[in-house]
Amino acid sequence: MMIPTVFQRVIFFTLVIMVLCSATGGCSKSIDSDSKTPVDTAGGRVTIKLATTTSLDNSGLLAHILPDFTEETGIEVDIIAVGTGKALELGRAGDVDVLLVHAPDAEREFISEGYGLDRYYVAQNEFVIVGPFADPAGVGESSGIVDAFGKIHDTEAVFISRGDQSGTHKRELIIWDEAGLDPEGAWYIEVGQGMGAVLTMASELEAYALSDIGTFFSMEDHLDLVIVHSCDELLENIYSVIPLNAELFPNLKHEQVAVLIEWLTGPVCGDLINRYEVNGHRLFDVR
Amino acid sequence: MDELTGQSVETVGYLSMFNGDILALIGTSFNLSLWSTSIAALIAFPLGVFIGLSEFKGRRTVDIILNTLLFLPTVVVGHLVYMALTREGFLGDFQLLFTRPAIIIGQVILATPIILTMVSNTVRLADRRIIPTALSMGASRIRAYLLLLGEVRALVVLSLLAACGRVISEVGVSMMLGGNIFGKTRTITTGIALLTSQGEFAQATVLGLVLLVIVFGINIVVYQATHRVSA
Repeated sequence: MMIPTVFQRVIFFTLVIMVLCSATGGCSKSIDSDSKTPVDTAGGRVTIKLATTTSLDNSGLLAHILPDFTEETGIEVDIIAVGTGKALELGRAGDVDVLLVHAPDAEREFISEGYGLDRYYVAQNEFVIVGPFADPAGVGESSGIVDAFGKIHDTEAVFISRGDQSGTHKRELIIWDEAGLDPEGAWYIEVGQGMGAVLTMASELEAYALSDIGTFFSMEDHLDLVIVHSCDELLENIYSVIPLNAELFPNLKHEQVAVLIEWLTGPVCGDLINRYEVNGHRLFDVR
Repeated sequence: MDELTGQSVETVGYLSMFNGDILALIGTSFNLSLWSTSIAALIAFPLGVFIGLSEFKGRRTVDIILNTLLFLPTVVVGHLVYMALTREGFLGDFQLLFTRPAIIIGQVILATPIILTMVSNTVRLADRRIIPTALSMGASRIRAYLLLLGEVRALVVLSLLAACGRVISEVGVSMMLGGNIFGKTRTITTGIALLTSQGEFAQATVLGLVLLVIVFGINIVVYQATHRVSA
Protein backbone atom coordinates (compact mmCIF):
# COMPACT_ATOMS: atom_id res chain seq x y z
CA MET A 1 0.00 0.00 0.00
CA MET A 2 1.13 3.50 -0.79
CA ILE A 3 1.99 5.13 2.49
CA PRO A 4 2.66 8.87 2.43
CA THR A 5 6.20 8.57 3.70
CA VAL A 6 6.62 12.30 3.51
CA PHE A 7 4.49 12.58 6.60
CA GLN A 8 6.58 10.11 8.45
CA ARG A 9 9.62 12.06 7.46
CA VAL A 10 8.21 15.40 8.46
CA ILE A 11 6.85 14.05 11.71
CA PHE A 12 10.10 12.31 12.47
CA PHE A 13 12.01 15.48 11.68
CA THR A 14 9.69 17.49 13.90
CA LEU A 15 10.11 15.08 16.79
CA VAL A 16 13.89 15.11 16.46
CA ILE A 17 13.93 18.91 16.57
CA MET A 18 11.61 18.95 19.57
CA VAL A 19 13.81 16.54 21.45
CA LEU A 20 16.89 18.55 20.52
CA CYS A 21 15.25 21.75 21.67
CA SER A 22 14.17 20.23 24.93
CA ALA A 23 17.64 18.86 25.44
CA THR A 24 19.34 22.25 25.41
CA GLY A 25 19.77 23.27 29.00
CA GLY A 26 17.64 26.38 29.21
CA CYS A 27 14.68 24.84 27.50
CA SER A 28 14.26 21.66 29.48
CA LYS A 29 14.63 23.53 32.72
CA SER A 30 11.91 25.99 31.84
CA ILE A 31 9.48 23.33 30.75
CA ASP A 32 9.74 21.81 34.21
CA SER A 33 9.39 25.09 36.00
CA ASP A 34 6.46 26.14 33.83
CA SER A 35 4.33 23.52 35.55
CA LYS A 36 1.06 24.87 36.77
CA THR A 37 1.40 23.95 40.40
CA PRO A 38 3.26 26.46 42.52
CA VAL A 39 4.20 23.71 44.96
CA ASP A 40 7.84 22.78 45.13
CA THR A 41 8.32 19.36 43.64
CA ALA A 42 10.98 17.23 45.27
CA GLY A 43 14.35 18.74 44.44
CA GLY A 44 12.78 21.11 41.91
CA ARG A 45 13.12 24.85 42.02
CA VAL A 46 10.33 27.25 42.73
CA THR A 47 10.00 30.13 40.33
CA ILE A 48 8.55 33.48 41.29
CA LYS A 49 7.53 36.20 38.87
CA LEU A 50 8.98 39.64 39.44
CA ALA A 51 7.44 42.55 37.57
CA THR A 52 9.94 45.35 37.34
CA THR A 53 10.89 48.44 35.43
CA THR A 54 12.71 48.37 32.14
CA SER A 55 15.44 50.48 33.72
CA LEU A 56 16.54 47.76 36.16
CA ASP A 57 16.48 45.08 33.49
CA ASN A 58 17.96 47.08 30.59
CA SER A 59 20.84 48.25 32.77
CA GLY A 60 21.79 44.64 33.44
CA LEU A 61 21.56 44.97 37.23
CA LEU A 62 19.09 42.13 37.79
CA ALA A 63 21.06 39.76 35.59
CA HIS A 64 24.07 40.72 37.71
CA ILE A 65 22.57 40.09 41.15
CA LEU A 66 19.83 37.47 40.79
CA PRO A 67 21.97 34.44 39.87
CA ASP A 68 23.57 34.76 43.33
CA PHE A 69 20.15 34.77 44.92
CA THR A 70 19.06 31.68 42.98
CA GLU A 71 22.21 29.86 43.90
CA GLU A 72 21.86 30.72 47.56
CA THR A 73 18.17 29.95 47.96
CA GLY A 74 17.18 27.73 45.04
CA ILE A 75 14.45 30.19 44.15
CA GLU A 76 14.34 31.22 40.51
CA VAL A 77 13.12 34.65 39.53
CA ASP A 78 11.39 35.29 36.21
CA ILE A 79 11.85 38.93 35.29
CA ILE A 80 9.01 40.62 33.48
CA ALA A 81 10.40 44.00 32.52
CA VAL A 82 7.69 46.56 31.90
CA GLY A 83 7.19 50.13 33.02
CA THR A 84 6.31 50.79 36.65
CA GLY A 85 2.74 51.63 35.65
CA LYS A 86 2.29 48.28 33.94
CA ALA A 87 4.08 46.49 36.78
CA LEU A 88 1.61 47.96 39.28
CA GLU A 89 -1.26 46.84 37.02
CA LEU A 90 0.16 43.32 36.95
CA GLY A 91 0.26 43.51 40.75
CA ARG A 92 -3.35 44.68 40.95
CA ALA A 93 -4.39 41.69 38.83
CA GLY A 94 -2.24 39.29 40.88
CA ASP A 95 -0.48 38.12 37.73
CA VAL A 96 2.98 38.35 39.32
CA ASP A 97 4.31 37.55 42.78
CA VAL A 98 6.29 40.67 43.63
CA LEU A 99 7.11 44.15 42.28
CA LEU A 100 10.35 46.10 42.06
CA VAL A 101 9.44 49.62 41.00
CA HIS A 102 10.36 53.29 41.22
CA ALA A 103 7.41 55.65 41.44
CA PRO A 104 6.95 56.50 45.14
CA ASP A 105 3.61 58.31 44.78
CA ALA A 106 2.06 55.55 42.68
CA GLU A 107 3.50 52.95 45.06
CA ARG A 108 1.90 54.62 48.09
CA GLU A 109 -1.41 54.68 46.26
CA PHE A 110 -1.01 51.00 45.39
CA ILE A 111 -0.41 50.17 49.04
CA SER A 112 -3.23 52.35 50.34
CA GLU A 113 -5.59 50.55 47.96
CA GLY A 114 -4.65 47.36 49.78
CA TYR A 115 -2.92 45.52 46.91
CA GLY A 116 0.55 45.81 48.36
CA LEU A 117 1.71 45.47 51.96
CA ASP A 118 4.67 47.79 52.26
CA ARG A 119 7.58 49.29 50.30
CA TYR A 120 11.13 48.18 51.06
CA TYR A 121 14.07 50.30 49.91
CA VAL A 122 16.41 48.45 47.56
CA ALA A 123 18.61 51.00 45.81
CA GLN A 124 18.69 54.44 44.32
CA ASN A 125 20.29 56.60 41.70
CA GLU A 126 19.06 59.65 39.86
CA PHE A 127 17.25 60.81 36.80
CA VAL A 128 19.11 62.97 34.31
CA ILE A 129 18.21 64.99 31.26
CA VAL A 130 20.10 63.72 28.27
CA GLY A 131 20.33 65.49 24.96
CA PRO A 132 22.47 66.12 21.90
CA PHE A 133 26.03 67.27 22.48
CA ALA A 134 25.30 70.66 20.87
CA ASP A 135 22.58 71.28 23.47
CA PRO A 136 20.49 73.62 21.26
CA ALA A 137 18.11 74.55 24.05
CA GLY A 138 20.94 75.51 26.40
CA VAL A 139 19.74 73.12 29.07
CA GLY A 140 23.27 72.83 30.41
CA GLU A 141 23.17 76.42 31.71
CA SER A 142 19.89 76.05 33.57
CA SER A 143 19.72 76.75 37.29
CA GLY A 144 17.65 73.70 38.12
CA ILE A 145 15.48 70.98 36.69
CA VAL A 146 12.39 73.18 36.52
CA ASP A 147 14.36 75.84 34.64
CA ALA A 148 15.78 73.14 32.34
CA PHE A 149 12.33 71.88 31.42
CA GLY A 150 11.27 75.51 30.90
CA LYS A 151 14.11 76.02 28.40
CA ILE A 152 13.13 72.91 26.44
CA HIS A 153 9.53 74.07 26.44
CA ASP A 154 10.34 77.63 25.37
CA THR A 155 12.74 76.70 22.59
CA GLU A 156 10.45 73.88 21.49
CA ALA A 157 13.44 71.58 21.31
CA VAL A 158 12.39 68.02 20.49
CA PHE A 159 11.69 66.07 23.68
CA ILE A 160 10.92 62.37 23.74
CA SER A 161 8.61 61.25 26.49
CA ARG A 162 8.15 57.65 27.58
CA GLY A 163 4.40 58.19 27.57
CA ASP A 164 3.85 54.77 29.19
CA GLN A 165 2.99 55.60 32.82
CA SER A 166 6.37 54.20 33.85
CA GLY A 167 8.22 55.54 36.87
CA THR A 168 10.34 57.73 34.63
CA HIS A 169 7.29 59.02 32.81
CA LYS A 170 5.47 59.77 36.05
CA ARG A 171 8.49 61.71 37.26
CA GLU A 172 8.64 63.67 34.03
CA LEU A 173 4.99 64.63 34.45
CA ILE A 174 5.65 65.74 38.04
CA ILE A 175 8.44 68.00 36.81
CA TRP A 176 6.28 69.56 34.06
CA ASP A 177 3.69 70.11 36.76
CA GLU A 178 6.22 71.76 39.09
CA ALA A 179 7.29 73.98 36.20
CA GLY A 180 3.67 74.91 35.60
CA LEU A 181 4.01 73.94 31.97
CA ASP A 182 1.85 71.89 29.68
CA PRO A 183 4.03 69.97 27.22
CA GLU A 184 2.15 70.13 23.95
CA GLY A 185 3.14 70.57 20.36
CA ALA A 186 5.03 68.90 17.58
CA TRP A 187 8.26 69.06 19.63
CA TYR A 188 6.85 66.83 22.38
CA ILE A 189 6.84 63.20 21.25
CA GLU A 190 5.17 60.52 23.37
CA VAL A 191 6.33 57.10 22.24
CA GLY A 192 4.94 54.62 24.78
CA GLN A 193 8.10 52.51 24.86
CA GLY A 194 10.79 51.39 27.29
CA MET A 195 13.77 53.45 28.42
CA GLY A 196 16.19 51.84 25.99
CA ALA A 197 13.93 52.50 23.01
CA VAL A 198 13.41 56.10 24.06
CA LEU A 199 17.14 56.74 24.38
CA THR A 200 17.78 55.17 20.99
CA MET A 201 15.10 57.39 19.47
CA ALA A 202 16.42 60.49 21.20
CA SER A 203 19.85 59.74 19.82
CA GLU A 204 18.48 59.27 16.29
CA LEU A 205 16.35 62.41 16.42
CA GLU A 206 18.87 64.57 18.32
CA ALA A 207 16.27 65.09 20.99
CA TYR A 208 16.15 65.53 24.76
CA ALA A 209 14.79 62.91 27.13
CA LEU A 210 14.50 62.21 30.83
CA SER A 211 16.33 59.02 31.70
CA ASP A 212 17.41 57.10 34.73
CA ILE A 213 21.17 57.30 34.89
CA GLY A 214 21.59 53.50 34.99
CA THR A 215 20.04 52.83 31.61
CA PHE A 216 21.84 55.80 30.10
CA PHE A 217 25.30 54.69 31.24
CA SER A 218 24.68 51.08 30.23
CA MET A 219 23.83 52.22 26.68
CA GLU A 220 26.15 55.21 26.41
CA ASP A 221 28.35 53.56 23.75
CA HIS A 222 25.44 53.28 21.35
CA LEU A 223 24.14 56.80 21.85
CA ASP A 224 25.03 60.23 20.51
CA LEU A 225 23.76 61.78 23.72
CA VAL A 226 25.28 63.41 26.77
CA ILE A 227 23.96 64.26 30.19
CA VAL A 228 22.98 67.91 29.96
CA HIS A 229 21.47 68.31 33.40
CA SER A 230 21.56 66.34 36.64
CA CYS A 231 21.55 66.74 40.43
CA ASP A 232 18.27 68.02 41.74
CA GLU A 233 15.99 66.95 44.53
CA LEU A 234 13.28 66.28 41.99
CA LEU A 235 15.59 63.87 40.20
CA GLU A 236 16.08 61.44 43.05
CA ASN A 237 15.20 57.93 41.90
CA ILE A 238 14.39 55.29 44.53
CA TYR A 239 13.72 51.65 43.75
CA SER A 240 11.52 49.71 46.15
CA VAL A 241 10.32 46.15 46.36
CA ILE A 242 6.66 45.56 47.19
CA PRO A 243 5.14 42.24 48.26
CA LEU A 244 1.50 41.69 47.34
CA ASN A 245 -1.29 41.28 49.85
CA ALA A 246 -1.60 37.60 50.79
CA GLU A 247 -5.23 38.03 51.78
CA LEU A 248 -6.16 39.32 48.33
CA PHE A 249 -3.97 36.88 46.45
CA PRO A 250 -3.67 33.69 48.51
CA ASN A 251 -2.26 31.66 45.59
CA LEU A 252 0.92 33.66 45.08
CA LYS A 253 4.29 32.44 46.34
CA HIS A 254 4.48 34.70 49.37
CA GLU A 255 6.92 32.52 51.26
CA GLN A 256 9.55 32.77 48.51
CA VAL A 257 8.80 36.45 48.03
CA ALA A 258 9.64 37.05 51.69
CA VAL A 259 12.98 35.34 51.16
CA LEU A 260 13.65 37.49 48.11
CA ILE A 261 12.81 40.71 49.93
CA GLU A 262 15.02 39.84 52.85
CA TRP A 263 17.86 39.16 50.43
CA LEU A 264 17.29 42.27 48.28
CA THR A 265 17.31 44.51 51.32
CA GLY A 266 20.23 42.74 52.97
CA PRO A 267 23.94 43.57 53.01
CA VAL A 268 25.05 40.90 50.51
CA CYS A 269 22.82 42.24 47.79
CA GLY A 270 23.59 45.84 48.76
CA ASP A 271 27.25 45.09 48.25
CA LEU A 272 26.61 43.49 44.87
CA ILE A 273 24.57 46.50 43.76
CA ASN A 274 27.17 48.99 44.96
CA ARG A 275 29.90 47.15 43.10
CA TYR A 276 27.95 46.89 39.85
CA GLU A 277 29.67 48.90 37.15
CA VAL A 278 29.04 49.39 33.46
CA ASN A 279 31.56 51.20 31.27
CA GLY A 280 33.38 52.32 34.42
CA HIS A 281 30.31 53.94 35.99
CA ARG A 282 28.60 52.78 39.13
CA LEU A 283 24.93 52.70 38.23
CA PHE A 284 23.18 52.28 41.59
CA ASP A 285 23.71 53.26 45.18
CA VAL A 286 22.52 51.53 48.30
CA ARG A 287 22.46 53.82 51.31
CA MET B 1 30.52 53.46 5.35
CA ASP B 2 32.52 53.53 8.54
CA GLU B 3 29.38 52.70 10.39
CA LEU B 4 28.74 49.74 8.09
CA THR B 5 32.28 48.39 8.31
CA GLY B 6 32.29 48.86 12.03
CA GLN B 7 29.03 47.02 12.29
CA SER B 8 30.13 44.08 10.18
CA VAL B 9 33.33 43.76 12.18
CA GLU B 10 31.24 43.80 15.31
CA THR B 11 28.86 41.28 13.75
CA VAL B 12 31.67 38.87 13.06
CA GLY B 13 32.72 39.35 16.65
CA TYR B 14 29.30 38.38 17.87
CA LEU B 15 29.16 35.40 15.55
CA SER B 16 32.36 34.08 17.02
CA MET B 17 30.96 34.37 20.53
CA PHE B 18 28.01 32.28 19.46
CA ASN B 19 27.26 31.65 23.06
CA GLY B 20 24.69 29.93 25.19
CA ASP B 21 22.56 33.06 25.34
CA ILE B 22 21.91 33.07 21.63
CA LEU B 23 21.43 29.31 21.58
CA ALA B 24 18.82 29.63 24.32
CA LEU B 25 16.80 32.10 22.23
CA ILE B 26 17.01 29.92 19.15
CA GLY B 27 16.02 26.85 21.16
CA THR B 28 13.05 28.67 22.65
CA SER B 29 11.86 29.95 19.27
CA PHE B 30 12.01 26.58 17.58
CA ASN B 31 10.59 24.69 20.50
CA LEU B 32 7.58 27.02 20.65
CA SER B 33 6.99 27.07 16.89
CA LEU B 34 7.13 23.31 16.61
CA TRP B 35 4.71 22.80 19.47
CA SER B 36 2.32 25.42 18.12
CA THR B 37 2.47 24.16 14.55
CA SER B 38 2.03 20.54 15.63
CA ILE B 39 -0.94 21.27 17.84
CA ALA B 40 -2.46 23.48 15.14
CA ALA B 41 -1.97 20.66 12.63
CA LEU B 42 -3.71 18.18 14.94
CA ILE B 43 -6.68 20.53 15.07
CA ALA B 44 -6.63 21.65 11.46
CA PHE B 45 -6.03 18.38 9.58
CA PRO B 46 -9.26 16.62 10.59
CA LEU B 47 -11.27 19.83 10.44
CA GLY B 48 -9.76 20.74 7.08
CA VAL B 49 -10.55 17.34 5.59
CA PHE B 50 -14.09 17.61 6.94
CA ILE B 51 -14.67 21.10 5.57
CA GLY B 52 -13.01 20.23 2.28
CA LEU B 53 -15.01 17.07 1.66
CA SER B 54 -18.44 18.00 2.90
CA GLU B 55 -21.03 20.10 1.18
CA PHE B 56 -23.05 21.96 3.73
CA LYS B 57 -25.10 25.08 3.99
CA GLY B 58 -23.10 28.08 5.03
CA ARG B 59 -19.80 26.76 3.81
CA ARG B 60 -19.19 30.03 2.04
CA THR B 61 -19.57 31.77 5.39
CA VAL B 62 -17.09 29.37 6.95
CA ASP B 63 -14.65 30.08 4.12
CA ILE B 64 -14.97 33.82 4.56
CA ILE B 65 -14.51 33.58 8.32
CA LEU B 66 -11.45 31.37 7.88
CA ASN B 67 -9.95 33.75 5.34
CA THR B 68 -10.57 36.63 7.71
CA LEU B 69 -8.78 34.79 10.51
CA LEU B 70 -5.69 34.68 8.31
CA PHE B 71 -5.42 38.40 8.84
CA LEU B 72 -5.67 38.32 12.64
CA PRO B 73 -3.08 40.75 13.98
CA THR B 74 -0.81 39.01 16.45
CA VAL B 75 -1.33 41.71 19.06
CA VAL B 76 -5.10 41.18 18.92
CA VAL B 77 -4.62 37.48 19.60
CA GLY B 78 -2.11 38.37 22.29
CA HIS B 79 -4.56 40.74 23.91
CA LEU B 80 -7.52 38.33 23.82
CA VAL B 81 -5.54 35.41 25.19
CA TYR B 82 -4.07 37.72 27.84
CA MET B 83 -7.60 38.60 28.95
CA ALA B 84 -8.37 34.90 29.29
CA LEU B 85 -5.17 33.97 31.10
CA THR B 86 -4.84 36.84 33.57
CA ARG B 87 -5.70 35.77 37.10
CA GLU B 88 -9.11 37.41 36.79
CA GLY B 89 -9.72 35.80 33.39
CA PHE B 90 -11.72 32.63 32.90
CA LEU B 91 -8.55 30.55 32.56
CA GLY B 92 -6.76 32.49 35.31
CA ASP B 93 -6.68 29.58 37.73
CA PHE B 94 -4.14 27.77 35.58
CA GLN B 95 -1.59 30.57 36.15
CA LEU B 96 -0.32 30.33 32.61
CA LEU B 97 0.39 34.00 31.93
CA PHE B 98 4.09 34.66 31.18
CA THR B 99 4.87 30.99 30.53
CA ARG B 100 5.61 29.04 27.39
CA PRO B 101 2.19 27.35 27.27
CA ALA B 102 0.65 30.84 27.12
CA ILE B 103 2.66 31.63 23.99
CA ILE B 104 1.76 28.27 22.48
CA ILE B 105 -1.95 28.93 23.01
CA GLY B 106 -1.67 32.26 21.18
CA GLN B 107 0.44 30.81 18.38
CA VAL B 108 -1.94 27.89 17.86
CA ILE B 109 -4.69 30.45 17.30
CA LEU B 110 -2.50 32.14 14.70
CA ALA B 111 -1.41 28.93 12.98
CA THR B 112 -4.65 26.93 12.86
CA PRO B 113 -6.52 29.10 10.32
CA ILE B 114 -3.55 28.95 7.94
CA ILE B 115 -3.36 25.16 7.92
CA LEU B 116 -7.13 24.86 7.95
CA THR B 117 -7.63 27.11 4.92
CA MET B 118 -4.89 25.50 2.90
CA VAL B 119 -5.84 21.93 3.76
CA SER B 120 -9.56 22.40 3.17
CA ASN B 121 -9.02 24.10 -0.18
CA THR B 122 -6.50 21.50 -1.25
CA VAL B 123 -8.76 18.62 -0.26
CA ARG B 124 -11.67 20.21 -2.09
CA LEU B 125 -9.71 20.17 -5.32
CA ALA B 126 -8.10 16.77 -4.81
CA ASP B 127 -9.19 13.61 -6.54
CA ARG B 128 -11.36 12.10 -3.84
CA ARG B 129 -11.98 8.79 -5.59
CA ILE B 130 -9.07 7.50 -3.55
CA ILE B 131 -11.34 7.31 -0.52
CA PRO B 132 -13.88 4.74 -1.79
CA THR B 133 -11.02 2.87 -3.42
CA ALA B 134 -9.08 2.66 -0.18
CA LEU B 135 -12.20 1.73 1.78
CA SER B 136 -13.03 -1.05 -0.65
CA MET B 137 -9.53 -2.42 -0.13
CA GLY B 138 -10.25 -2.67 3.58
CA ALA B 139 -8.52 0.47 4.80
CA SER B 140 -9.95 2.26 7.81
CA ARG B 141 -11.65 5.60 7.28
CA ILE B 142 -8.81 7.45 9.02
CA ARG B 143 -6.30 5.65 6.82
CA ALA B 144 -8.32 6.63 3.75
CA TYR B 145 -8.25 10.29 4.76
CA LEU B 146 -4.53 10.10 5.40
CA LEU B 147 -4.09 8.68 1.92
CA LEU B 148 -6.08 11.57 0.52
CA LEU B 149 -3.83 14.01 2.35
CA GLY B 150 -0.86 12.06 1.04
CA GLU B 151 -2.05 12.67 -2.51
CA VAL B 152 -1.75 16.41 -1.93
CA ARG B 153 1.22 16.24 0.43
CA ALA B 154 3.20 19.00 -1.21
CA LEU B 155 0.49 21.52 -0.41
CA VAL B 156 -0.11 20.05 3.03
CA VAL B 157 3.57 20.42 3.86
CA LEU B 158 3.47 23.92 2.44
CA SER B 159 0.62 24.73 4.84
CA LEU B 160 2.74 23.53 7.75
CA LEU B 161 5.66 25.66 6.59
CA ALA B 162 3.44 28.69 6.16
CA ALA B 163 2.04 28.20 9.67
CA CYS B 164 5.49 27.68 11.14
CA GLY B 165 6.71 30.77 9.33
CA ARG B 166 3.91 32.84 10.78
CA VAL B 167 4.52 31.79 14.38
CA ILE B 168 8.30 31.87 14.36
CA SER B 169 8.31 35.39 12.97
CA GLU B 170 5.62 36.90 15.19
CA VAL B 171 6.43 39.22 18.06
CA GLY B 172 3.05 40.31 19.46
CA VAL B 173 1.91 37.05 21.02
CA SER B 174 5.33 36.09 22.37
CA MET B 175 5.91 39.50 23.91
CA MET B 176 2.47 39.98 25.47
CA LEU B 177 1.88 36.43 26.71
CA GLY B 178 5.46 35.38 27.38
CA GLY B 179 6.75 38.55 29.00
CA ASN B 180 10.14 38.25 27.25
CA ILE B 181 11.66 36.37 30.22
CA PHE B 182 15.26 35.51 29.48
CA GLY B 183 15.91 31.79 29.19
CA LYS B 184 12.23 30.96 29.19
CA THR B 185 10.03 33.02 26.96
CA ARG B 186 12.51 35.25 25.19
CA THR B 187 12.43 34.19 21.55
CA ILE B 188 14.55 35.25 18.60
CA THR B 189 12.00 37.89 17.63
CA THR B 190 11.36 39.37 21.07
CA GLY B 191 15.11 39.23 21.62
CA ILE B 192 15.64 41.27 18.46
CA ALA B 193 12.99 43.76 19.57
CA LEU B 194 14.77 44.20 22.91
CA LEU B 195 18.26 44.43 21.40
CA THR B 196 17.12 47.02 18.87
CA SER B 197 15.50 49.08 21.61
CA GLN B 198 18.81 49.04 23.45
CA GLY B 199 20.81 50.08 20.43
CA GLU B 200 22.54 46.69 20.16
CA PHE B 201 22.09 46.65 16.41
CA ALA B 202 24.93 44.27 15.58
CA GLN B 203 23.65 41.55 17.88
CA ALA B 204 20.10 42.05 16.61
CA THR B 205 21.36 41.64 13.04
CA VAL B 206 23.11 38.42 13.96
CA LEU B 207 19.98 36.98 15.53
CA GLY B 208 17.93 37.88 12.45
CA LEU B 209 20.49 36.22 10.18
CA VAL B 210 20.64 33.14 12.38
CA LEU B 211 16.87 32.80 12.13
CA LEU B 212 16.97 33.05 8.34
CA VAL B 213 19.82 30.60 7.96
CA ILE B 214 18.14 27.98 10.13
CA VAL B 215 14.82 28.34 8.34
CA PHE B 216 16.63 28.09 5.01
CA GLY B 217 18.19 24.83 6.16
CA ILE B 218 14.86 23.42 7.25
CA ASN B 219 13.33 24.34 3.91
CA ILE B 220 16.06 22.49 2.05
CA VAL B 221 15.42 19.36 4.09
CA VAL B 222 11.66 19.57 3.72
CA TYR B 223 11.92 20.29 0.01
CA GLN B 224 14.12 17.30 -0.53
CA ALA B 225 11.90 15.05 1.55
CA THR B 226 8.75 16.10 -0.32
CA HIS B 227 10.19 16.00 -3.77
CA ARG B 228 12.13 12.79 -3.50
CA VAL B 229 8.93 10.99 -2.59
CA SER B 230 6.84 12.51 -5.35
CA ALA B 231 9.47 11.88 -7.99
